[in-house]
Order: sequence, then C-alpha cells, then structure tokens
Amino acid sequence: MIRLSNIKKTFQGPNGPVEAIKGVDLHIEPGEIFGIVGLSGAGKSTLVRCINMLEKPTSGQVIVDGKDLTAMSESQLREVRKSIAMIFQHFNLLSSATVYDNVAFPLRLSNTPEDKIREKVLPLLELVGLSDKADNYPAQLSGGQKQRVGIARALANDPKVLLCDEATSALDPQTTKAILSLIKDINKKMGLTVVVITHEMAVITDICDRVAVLSDGVVAECGQVLEVFTNPQQEITKQFTGVILSRELPGDLKDREISQEPVSGAQLLIWLTFIGNSADEPVLSTMIRKFDADVSILYGMVGEIQSTPFGRMLIGITGDDSTVKSLLEYLKGRDLMVEVVGYVK
Amino acid sequence: MSSDMFALLAKALGETVYMVAISMFFSSLLGIPLGVLLYITNKGGILECKPVNKLVGLIVNAVRSIPFIILMVSIIPFTRMIVGTSIGTTAAMVPLVLASVPFIGRQVETSLMEVPDGIIEAARSMGATSSQIIRRVLLPEAMPSIVAQLTTVVIALVGESAMAGAIGGGGLGDLAIRYGYQRFRPEIMVATVVVLIVLVQLVQFLGNRLAASLNKR
Repeated sequence: MIRLSNIKKTFQGPNGPVEAIKGVDLHIEPGEIFGIVGLSGAGKSTLVRCINMLEKPTSGQVIVDGKDLTAMSESQLREVRKSIAMIFQHFNLLSSATVYDNVAFPLRLSNTPEDKIREKVLPLLELVGLSDKADNYPAQLSGGQKQRVGIARALANDPKVLLCDEATSALDPQTTKAILSLIKDINKKMGLTVVVITHEMAVITDICDRVAVLSDGVVAECGQVLEVFTNPQQEITKQFTGVILSRELPGDLKDREISQEPVSGAQLLIWLTFIGNSADEPVLSTMIRKFDADVSILYGMVGEIQSTPFGRMLIGITGDDSTVKSLLEYLKGRDLMVEVVGYVK
Repeated sequence: MSSDMFALLAKALGETVYMVAISMFFSSLLGIPLGVLLYITNKGGILECKPVNKLVGLIVNAVRSIPFIILMVSIIPFTRMIVGTSIGTTAAMVPLVLASVPFIGRQVETSLMEVPDGIIEAARSMGATSSQIIRRVLLPEAMPSIVAQLTTVVIALVGESAMAGAIGGGGLGDLAIRYGYQRFRPEIMVATVVVLIVLVQLVQFLGNRLAASLNKR
C-alpha cells in the first residue's frame, strides 16, 4: 500500500543543512496497522509527512496505492491527499465551526452537495459516538471527543490510508485506550491501512501489527511487534521495549556486583520470557519439583501484545553447580527465552 | 443648550459618521486583502514569496510613518484626481482611506498569525487549495480577532477625521476648532468632546460585542 524507497530529507537550519531523514526504506501492507516509534527528534513526524507529501523528500520515492507521489504536480497531489487522511496530536479542528461543519469540511472542499454531505456526516458522527454533539463547537468538547471529531473528519473522504501523528499523545491513558480501540475498529471494519507515529510503546503494543523503530533518521529495526518486543536487537529498541518489558534489575540488585563465574553462596539471576502458549505451560512448578535448587522470583509481569499473552520474570537460583547447570539446560529446552544475567551475592 | 448648537452638533456628527463609515468600508475592502497578502507571502506562509513580502511591507511601513496631517495635504493632487475636488467631506475620505489601508493590513496580518499552523496543515492534508485555505480556514478562524482589530481602526478614523476639518472636511473636529476655539464658544468645545467620547465608547462596545459573539474558542 505504501512503499518508501531511500527517503532522505534535509532542512536548511540556521547552522547549515540538517539531515532529518537519512535514507528510509519501508513497505507497509494494505490493511495493516503499522507503527513508527522513536524519540522526539528522531524524524518520525517528518517521515509521516513524506507519505502525504506535506514535506517533500529531498530524494527518494513515495508510492501510495500504486501511485508515485514524488512525480506528481501540486494539483495532482491535492487530489491524491483526499485518499490519505491524517489525524493530529492537537486535533487541529476549526474552532469557528461546529462538530458537524468540521466533519463536513473536507467534503465542502470538493463542493459536495449539502444533502450528500448530510448523508455522509451523520453516520460518521454515529460511528465515533458524537451524534448528540453535532451542533457543539470544539471548545465545548473534551480532548478525547475532539480526537473523535478528527477521526470522523479524516474518514469523510473514504480514505485508503489513515496517518496518525501522535494522535493520543495529548490524551490521558483511559481516553488513549478508547481512541486506540476506535482506530482498530475502523481498521477492521473498513480495511483501512493505518500508520501510527508515537513515542509511546504502549500504543504500539496495543494496536500495531508491525513496528519500525526510527532512530536518528534511520530505521534501526523493523518487524512484527511481538518479535521486536521479545527479541530486540538494537540498543535503541531495547530502551523502548524496556518501558513495557523491563530489562533493568529491580531494587538493590542493580548496585551489586555481578559475576559470570559461579561464586559460592551466590544466586544465579535469569530472565525468563514466556510468549504465547509457553505462557500457559507450568515451567516453574515442574522445575522446582525436578531439581534440588531454591528458586526465588525477584520480579515478574504478564501482559498481552496483539492478543498474544506474554510474561517476563526474573528468577534467582541457588544450588550446587551441577544442579544449576542442568536446571539451565532444562529451561533452555523449554519453549521460552532464557537470558542469564550472572551470579550475584 | 441653544438650538443653533444642537443643529451644529447634529450636522457635524452626521459628517463624521459619514466620513468614518465610508472610509472604513473602502479601507477594509483594500486592507483585508493586503493583510492576507502580507501573511501568506511571509516566511512559512502558504504562498511564501520573500521579494513580494519585503516590497509590500516596505510600502506599508512608509505610508504608516507619515503623520496623517502631512499625508492629507501632500496628496492633494491625488485626491483631486480621484474625487474631482480637494476640499469637503468626500475629499477628506481619500487620505483617510490611504492612511487606514496599511494600518488594517498590519492588524489583519497580526490576527492571521494567531491562527494555529496545525489547522492550516490539516486543511492542506485534506487537499485544500490556497484560496480555500484563505477563505475557509484563515479568515473564519481569525474573524473574532480581525473584528477586534478593526474596532481599533474605526476609533483611529474618528480621530483622524477630526483633522480632516483642516481641509474643509467638516465633522466634529472641524466644529470644535472653528466654533469652540476660534469663536470662543467653550460650551461647543465641551459638547463636541462629550459627543466624541460617547461615539468612541459606542463603537468599542459594539465591536467587543460582535467579536465576542463570533468567538467560539
């Protein structure tokens, strides 16, 4: 649906040119929810604006729905933008227009007759749950309601692609959840391709199928959300996923010395990550019954990524060397991920 | 209050209102598009064009730096060309419009700057043309602020129209000078000032009301 090839974007800054995007290749499939995550300044807002050419890339090619946007004239672009909708962090509604008129706005731009507009706007307001607010002005709405208006407005032209630029970053966690599930609903119902830009990892794990981690203008890592989360390769990805899946040793363990060689009286710290079916398997209880070692759970969490259950646990094992070794063998043979931290007293 | 004073005041007030209203109409007709031009050609504007912006800005600043009384007498040949005469109420409106157009231009430019960039970007993302952005986004969004700014211009016009008395423009200023000052009738001076105060208060009140009713923020 969307193919970005070797996108580069350079801005003229006060201290010479600044390279915001340094060669990005992405392929986004029709109907998927694709996440782009990155720290502020990583270039994600610039990148998403390259998809609808609000920012023209310095070089590279943007293909949306088979059309090469980089080869289009300004008037051709205006036409094609009607099928690439966008929602924003600060909603960007017309403060001087009612909810109804805001949703009708994109239709009025193409001189749609008023009765056709009505037929379109009312069901959209119904879809986003704002039928009773049609005559209100944006200032009378809450943040979540404003974003619902933004979504209804975005859908007015029956777009093929929906770009979400930090669409939930100005909302509280509960409203964020509601808006995300609305976006997911729309994606399912209408088969819309959705691109989500965010700095919040929870947004990615909630709704995205695939994710690209953008760092310093390049894609550091890209893949299925579950894959990237449970097995991050790059340092930047580890930082991001660490927000959801902790990689830091809890409490005072952080400050203690860790040895890779067995130390008498020390416990061996191991991170265990359970994904999918293995999350149901009674690994721990089997392990405790089978081996003559003490197992303490130092940290644990469970959650869901894309409706796949996962869990992560830090355990400490004490026992004689050979027992610990065979216990480790046993764990590695199970359907889970094992990361050995080291021995700590 | 003597009856001749009442008649004088009524006539002068009529002239002032006529001068201000007609001048305001033509000034807005020219000044609002000028403000839009200044805004859209500015850096980051939807039709960014540095040379045009610099040139227009320069002319606006030049006209605005000329004191009204000097502007008025220095353009007498131009006034004669436009309205056929250089004295009288109608003739006074030419310099009034000329002085107000750049003033309104700057005021409208300031109002437009208050429209958040995000709203313009949203309109662009929906495929709006530049003229659609101006007519359907910029002007409606800035309208409460433009109305408040134009109220200030009307009040400035009331003041400037008083100076137009100097070229036989008539109006309240002319009355105050000729009767109140030159013929030693302080009661006319006082009455004129009172009428001016009431007039300005009324304009400000109506302007505020209109701006508030347009403001949905």
